[in-house]
Amino acid sequence: MKKAKVNKNKCLQCGGCVGVCPVGAVTLIDGKGIIIDKNKCIGCGKCKLVCPIGAIEIIKEDDDQ
Amino acid sequence: MKYLKKYDVIVVGAGPAGSICALECAKKGLSVLVVEKRQEIGAPVRCAEGLAKHWFDDIGIEVDPQYCRWKIIGGRVYSPSGKFVEITKDSEGFILERKIFEKKLAEKAIDGGAHYMVRSRVYDLIIEDGFVKGVKIDNGFEKFEVNCDVVVAADGVDSKIARMYGINTTADLNEVDSGFQYEMGGLNLENPELIHIFVGNEIAPRGYVWIFPKSKTSANVGIGIKGDDPKTAKEYLDNFIEEHSEIFKDAYPIEINSGVVPVGKPIEKPYGNGIIVIGDAARMVNPIHGGGIGLAMESGKIAAGILAKAKEKRDFSEETLKEFKEVWFKHRGEKLIKIWKARRFFEQLSDEDFEKLADILDGDAIYNIAHGSKIKELTKLFVKYPKLFNLAIKNLL
Repeated sequence: MKKAKVNKNKCLQCGGCVGVCPVGAVTLIDGKGIIIDKNKCIGCGKCKLVCPIGAIEIIKEDDDQ
Repeated sequence: MKYLKKYDVIVVGAGPAGSICALECAKKGLSVLVVEKRQEIGAPVRCAEGLAKHWFDDIGIEVDPQYCRWKIIGGRVYSPSGKFVEITKDSEGFILERKIFEKKLAEKAIDGGAHYMVRSRVYDLIIEDGFVKGVKIDNGFEKFEVNCDVVVAADGVDSKIARMYGINTTADLNEVDSGFQYEMGGLNLENPELIHIFVGNEIAPRGYVWIFPKSKTSANVGIGIKGDDPKTAKEYLDNFIEEHSEIFKDAYPIEINSGVVPVGKPIEKPYGNGIIVIGDAARMVNPIHGGGIGLAMESGKIAAGILAKAKEKRDFSEETLKEFKEVWFKHRGEKLIKIWKARRFFEQLSDEDFEKLADILDGDAIYNIAHGSKIKELTKLFVKYPKLFNLAIKNLL
């Protein structure tokens, strides 16, 4: 399964990815940053494309262990 | 800080839409709570901060030097080769200091009787019998519920509130712009009294680079590009800065910001049982230039008028609240749809077409396009240019 992953070092926490997620998997929590709900994420990559600074990658879930 | 257990209105989001809505609700005698998820109202900035002067009169806010950072008297639009058209018609305005502007709007609303919470995230709605009856809030310390008759979703492009109710506000990638901006000092600006707009498919696909001066030597330098471009907005902007050393060779950033701007059509149904959606959350943004501060405040003001009537009738059903859409659409929405069509015209142009446009269009024509007026007359200007003419007939009318 492909999943979106935020690079927290790059992320400016603008929340731009939240509005384009078709399944509502992305949440912005002030102080914590962008949280992606792995159970909801379908790995479509829209958040990665729209991110103004390239802070989101699409990874195979196994790579994230 | 005393909060009620139940408010007439809970506004989610303390941006320009939310605070003006709260202020106007309070003025009309409604009890209102504004819930903001960020720890600081106005930050981070996700905006070029330009606001035309007429909005101050339209909305009823002061031109206050505390937040009106720099006066602008017009703008220049540059073609890819550097030809420019100057726009002066009705183009007076200000570059704001939005962090101060939004706090001042909130202070004004509080003076008017509104209550505020910050760093408080609405993680769910309370829905009973299909009606929104309150919100569930997490402020990091505790989770709690507050009841209300109606929720106003003013939670921006990253809106989740309307979705919680069941209004799909998910933005199509093709209908948003990806934005990035440096606020910079040390710029070499020849005309700091003007805003500067640079268009071109290599410069900013579907969008533009902007320089919005905040003093003689400082400015917001930003970019918006189509949401699905494989390169990032930052890459395009860094490239532009690299190629314009005449402006940027002594410049350094003092702030960086990113954000996503809705440039599609406004959402079809910005209301429901006990809910109204306003501002960026309802995609009430100018699809050509991406400006939304004035439109957001306007939608908040219109919503407050409808809410006051609903309160009088004690009826917050969608039958009553749909008047918001009707009033707003007649006043503003129709025009935004025309502008959205014009956006689709522009996004199909090549760099050569932009060069032609720089010769054909004058400042007034560009102003009219960006404001959705006299669109038919525009097509007449293209009669000699078959490609432009056909695109205009197909997209604009």
